Amino acid sequence: MSVDPGITAATSAVEDRKNDLVRYVFASCALVTVLTTAAIVLVLLEGAVAFFRFPDVTVLEYLRGTEWSPVIRPRSYGVLPLIWGTLVITVGSALVAIPVGTATAIYLSEYADPDVRKYLKPTLEVLAGIPTIVYGFFALSFITPIIQRLFPQTGTFNAAAGAIVVGVMIIPMVSSLSEDAMSAVPDSLRNAAYGLGATKVEVSTRVVLPAALSGIVASYILALSRAIGETMAVTLAVGMTPRITANPLESMQTMTAYMVQIGISDVSVGSVGYQSLFAVGLTLFAMTLAMNLISLWIRSRYREEYQ
Amino acid sequence: MSTETDGSFVDGLEDIERKRLYGRLFVAVCFASTLVGVVALVALLADVLYESWGWVSWEFLTYPPSQAVENFLPGGRGAGIYPALVGSIFLIALTAVFTVFLGVGAAIYLEEYAAESRLKSFVEANIANLAGVPSIVYGLLGLAIFVRWFQLGASLIAGALTLTLLILPIVIVSSQEALRAVPDSQRQAAYGVGATKWQVIRDVVLPRALPGIMTGTILSLSRAIGETAPILMVGASTSLFVAPDGLTSPFSAMPMTIFEWATLPEAEFQHIAAAGIVVLLTILLLMNATAILIRNRYDPRS
Repeated sequence: MSVDPGITAATSAVEDRKNDLVRYVFASCALVTVLTTAAIVLVLLEGAVAFFRFPDVTVLEYLRGTEWSPVIRPRSYGVLPLIWGTLVITVGSALVAIPVGTATAIYLSEYADPDVRKYLKPTLEVLAGIPTIVYGFFALSFITPIIQRLFPQTGTFNAAAGAIVVGVMIIPMVSSLSEDAMSAVPDSLRNAAYGLGATKVEVSTRVVLPAALSGIVASYILALSRAIGETMAVTLAVGMTPRITANPLESMQTMTAYMVQIGISDVSVGSVGYQSLFAVGLTLFAMTLAMNLISLWIRSRYREEYQ
Repeated sequence: MSTETDGSFVDGLEDIERKRLYGRLFVAVCFASTLVGVVALVALLADVLYESWGWVSWEFLTYPPSQAVENFLPGGRGAGIYPALVGSIFLIALTAVFTVFLGVGAAIYLEEYAAESRLKSFVEANIANLAGVPSIVYGLLGLAIFVRWFQLGASLIAGALTLTLLILPIVIVSSQEALRAVPDSQRQAAYGVGATKWQVIRDVVLPRALPGIMTGTILSLSRAIGETAPILMVGASTSLFVAPDGLTSPFSAMPMTIFEWATLPEAEFQHIAAAGIVVLLTILLLMNATAILIRNRYDPRS
């Protein structure tokens, strides 16, 4: 025997211990992600509970009140104006991103030359990589002046400009994810429809679109959830006036923009303004979480499996 | 009867013509929609370049900000984005260190160690959900945990830790993909010559997955450098006159300074904000170009 068995055993014992140690180190890295989720939930809940502990704040007023002014007297704590602002931006951006994104996906998946697609897709994805503060600047310096030319009564801060830039920002989310879903539809389905005499339009809209529907709808919901959480673009473009109005040319305030407003002001820690951050944050988190879960569920529940 | 047939034949031709027209219209609409995104991108870049024209100078890169517009002008005392530029670079460097360690570690655990189990799919579903949490919520997390609980204050390290948690899900997922792309035969070959699990990971899997991991990490960092909301909640300054000089020193970052400038009423600050955006986008472009270069140079799939 050329190898001393004792040495081998000793080395392997050291190696084993090292292997175990490495395993624990890596496992704790993965644990950080679980802890992050737990910490987010705990921090938001704890802060929100502290907010509702203030004597003049009630959960009922928070959920039903239509005036939001937690820092400036006379104080009122109804979150609906902030939710309204967020809804207007979300619905408005959906009106931009869903038709444009879906049509883009159909073009890229069904019509575009592979060489053209190779350049178009990454170009569109650049839109998703541009910092949101840049979109806010773009809204103020480019979109709002155009809207003002069309409707002179438009304010410097207005919901329409915010909805448009957020819509542009989420186009690539809709188009890329929908295109992936459409490309996954097998060619046999398309060929079967062509064999029955269907035109290319009919194949695209009546065969491919329905077959990829779960992926497409999931992409819509993900994009909307992104629009709800969008912060800097809407802060700059839409302004800081919490109010419920149907006029998109007026300034409003989203939940996220309110959090920025408190973030840059000097409210003292533990004050009602500071704690309101966490109540609004919890509301925002609950809304985006629900949408992300619905999107996941749709994708797994309604996914068509093709071999 | 023959006229009837002729009639329906002509109808059929008209029908085909109508369908052809409809088809062309449909393609035109879809193509125009595709152009909407492209045109928006071009308009955005052109707008920023136009507004910033003549305002980006060497002084702009090397001087601290100023409240007075004339200091930004040529012949002025000099004013610019320097503290925020250095702040952003420090912030991203620190974030990179934390993210690479945690992100690659977690990805290795999930891909190489964890068995297919409920626990693993729970952790992965959790990571997918974290990726969908709005960045401002991470800001609240950083404010409550790092700034207040760990008492780090509104410091560089609190900002970096917050950004780390924000991009961790993306880094983990892209690193997992890179690890998954390493063929199993290579692992088996290494085990076959007697390597331990750690040796296989360190000497076989990681070197091979490194380009993919780096590409994903740099792309995530380029997202972090443009983030405003999380560091705003943590308490980054909008205008700071000195660059940060330590882990616990207060800091500013480019997006914060741009935000401040964009909200100032004087019209000139629009141009100064645009100049700041040009600097930010240039750094983003450099980071993305590096990532693409690494991918094209080393990725066996391309």
